[in-house]
Amino acid sequence: MASNKSTPQLSVLSPIITASRSRSLTRKFRAGLILWLVITFFSACERQPSSSNQPDRSLIKIGYYGDLSGPTFNFGESAKNGVLMAAEDINQAGGINGRRVDVVIEDDQGSPERAATRASKLIDQDKVIAVIAGGTSGNSRAGAPKAQVANIPLIAPSATDPAVTQIGDYVFRACFIDAFQGEVMAKFAVNTLKARKAAILLDFNSPYSRGLSDFFELSFTRLGGQIVDKQLYTISDGDYRGQLNSIRLAAPDVIYIPGYYGNVALIAKQARKIGITQPLLGGDGWDAPELWDLGGDSLNGSYISNHYSADDPSPPIQTFVREYKQRYGNLLPDAHAALAYDAMRVLIDAIQRAGTTEGPKLREALAQTKSFPGVTGIITINEERNAIKPAVVLQLQDRKYIYQETIQPETTAAAGASPTTAPNRAKKPK
Amino acid sequence: MSRYLRTLIIVLIVLGVLYGVDIVFHGRLISPYFARIAMLSGIAITLAVSLNLINGFTGQFSIGHAGFMAVGAYSSAYFSVNYGVRLAESLGGGSLGWMVSLFLATIVGAVCAGFAGLVVGVPSLRLKGDYLAIVTLGFGQIIVVFLNNIEAVGGARGYSGIPIVKSFFWIFLIAILTIVVVYNIVHSAFGRALISIREDELAAEAMGVNTTRYKVMAFVISSAMAGAGGVLLAHFDGYLNPKSFEFIKSFEILIMIILGGLGSIVGSVLGAIVLTILPEALRGFAEYRMVIYSLLLIILMITRPQGLLGGNNALKIWRARRRARSAAAKAQIVDAPAESSSDRNPTENPPGKEHA
Repeated sequence: MASNKSTPQLSVLSPIITASRSRSLTRKFRAGLILWLVITFFSACERQPSSSNQPDRSLIKIGYYGDLSGPTFNFGESAKNGVLMAAEDINQAGGINGRRVDVVIEDDQGSPERAATRASKLIDQDKVIAVIAGGTSGNSRAGAPKAQVANIPLIAPSATDPAVTQIGDYVFRACFIDAFQGEVMAKFAVNTLKARKAAILLDFNSPYSRGLSDFFELSFTRLGGQIVDKQLYTISDGDYRGQLNSIRLAAPDVIYIPGYYGNVALIAKQARKIGITQPLLGGDGWDAPELWDLGGDSLNGSYISNHYSADDPSPPIQTFVREYKQRYGNLLPDAHAALAYDAMRVLIDAIQRAGTTEGPKLREALAQTKSFPGVTGIITINEERNAIKPAVVLQLQDRKYIYQETIQPETTAAAGASPTTAPNRAKKPK
Repeated sequence: MSRYLRTLIIVLIVLGVLYGVDIVFHGRLISPYFARIAMLSGIAITLAVSLNLINGFTGQFSIGHAGFMAVGAYSSAYFSVNYGVRLAESLGGGSLGWMVSLFLATIVGAVCAGFAGLVVGVPSLRLKGDYLAIVTLGFGQIIVVFLNNIEAVGGARGYSGIPIVKSFFWIFLIAILTIVVVYNIVHSAFGRALISIREDELAAEAMGVNTTRYKVMAFVISSAMAGAGGVLLAHFDGYLNPKSFEFIKSFEILIMIILGGLGSIVGSVLGAIVLTILPEALRGFAEYRMVIYSLLLIILMITRPQGLLGGNNALKIWRARRRARSAAAKAQIVDAPAESSSDRNPTENPPGKEHA
């Protein structure tokens, strides 16, 4: 009977179905195998709490979850490095009021569902006193309600989606939101580059790209500029010449391309090939080591907005870059690492000021963070628990990001933007 | 009469046990983390058992289960956000109000997912071959792209603000309901028709089984149940992201039923539980987690290609052994009865106990 089970429509599965019943295994062995599997899972599952439930007065436990595997693993990995570095720094300096900082690390594999489970595990099992949520906004949003319910502060270093901090008063962020980035680039284009006409090329499937583009357009026109052309692409496109030709004919002064490095590199190459010489403008989505490998010299003369610049000559940044490189095998710290480092230091600062690790008091202290000198700028937490801080504009030249200028947040308009008009920064292309 | 009474008593006991566990979970007598994993297992059971109806019993190959789940999750979430909250509040805002609201949301989600199943199933199930696999794969992708672009449900940023109505009681009620429905379908004339389609579609047609009709019916029921699973997930964290319903999710469910055994309900339940706990249990291995996870699956597929409980259901083996033993005892055979029963293929046993 069993061998007749393979029907033609099951070609993918048929090897599994038709494979003969393994008679060589005795029933006892099979039962044993199942029993072993079940026991292993349950015992492994049970063992966790006993080892971590004892409250240790000499330790301060801080949880970290982020995508250490999955399509955007480099986000979570960099953030983890930043968090660990800040923790080691404080431990070497004698800890917080003599208590050592212990970071419990969890991998959410880039899935929002797992992020919620991990956050729940950190809070309920490990009894951490605060959580840092690395990676994308979606995962921060999935885990944040757990922290809110448990009255445990959560800081998302790099979640730029305005909705993240609207989850509750225990949720903070350490970066600016996308609205501000669009505004920064518009200001730079009008004030520094003296641009009057701009064209936009955006990924219409990406909320990150759409958010940046919308706010660039808004600010640019408000500053007296004019959007002469707006073209769309999707992340899987490889040929952008149609859109670029249309942009070329519109003859803008600058071209704004708020996308991710994979597409942007190709766009830059093709733009130079068809004779577009105007500067290209972008956001922090461009910032990746792979950008130069893909785009090469065509990227020269472009400008991007970013959270910080590793080339910034200011001493705190150079110290951070040097130490990070020492620790992690000459790896250049990207924005995720710097933001997570700052988030952790803001948290440590708050614990010191609060003098306690109790959730409500720690939350108070975090909310009162003012003019904290971070690597990514002077950080002030506003009443919406967003970090108010400057953005930097960098020029791309010969595989280097050359620091141009720092643009300060002058209004709270960007920070207080409504969630419906300012979508988040999504994932980088897979 | 006594049969109805017995059923009623069983139903009451099950409800009582679920309610008791619910109270334990609610009172935080056990860690919310474990409660969470237990409830996620319940959702996984609903999904796995429903997929087993189409993949295991009907022998069709659907790889877009997450797509139907997404339809159920998003449609019910939309319902809850726009009507459910108001309804629950008008009913006093107590747990009863939320139960009614969640019940309606479940129906909305199941109906929408079932309708999606009908739309996908009717054209593709008329054909034999791998078409269903291709169409369901495509459907799963299309749904994700759609959800990424519908701003009314949050788009790619995800849908938040869904009322969180999670209870052990409700999740396992749906899971048990799914199991009972699938069990009853499989043990009815309808189920026998489905199994005949799996064994040989041509022969089934020759015997007068309207194969397309039965396949579509099974597919729609399976999709509706997947939708119900999605409803539970939507109200579990109060946050949905299209990323959760990508192709990989469909495969997770598929692995559950293959691991547990195609065509075995107990197997799907076991597979669902094991695969929900496994990633948590393997956390201690850090970087080697994925390697060990894959290795376990490979070892299992080599040693038990039909899945943990596929082919020979544990219950069936046990019954066969007991029958063999009693027969042996009656015949007063001195030879070791264990050996004769262990080699015995239960499917060769005289039919008396139906296949489970």
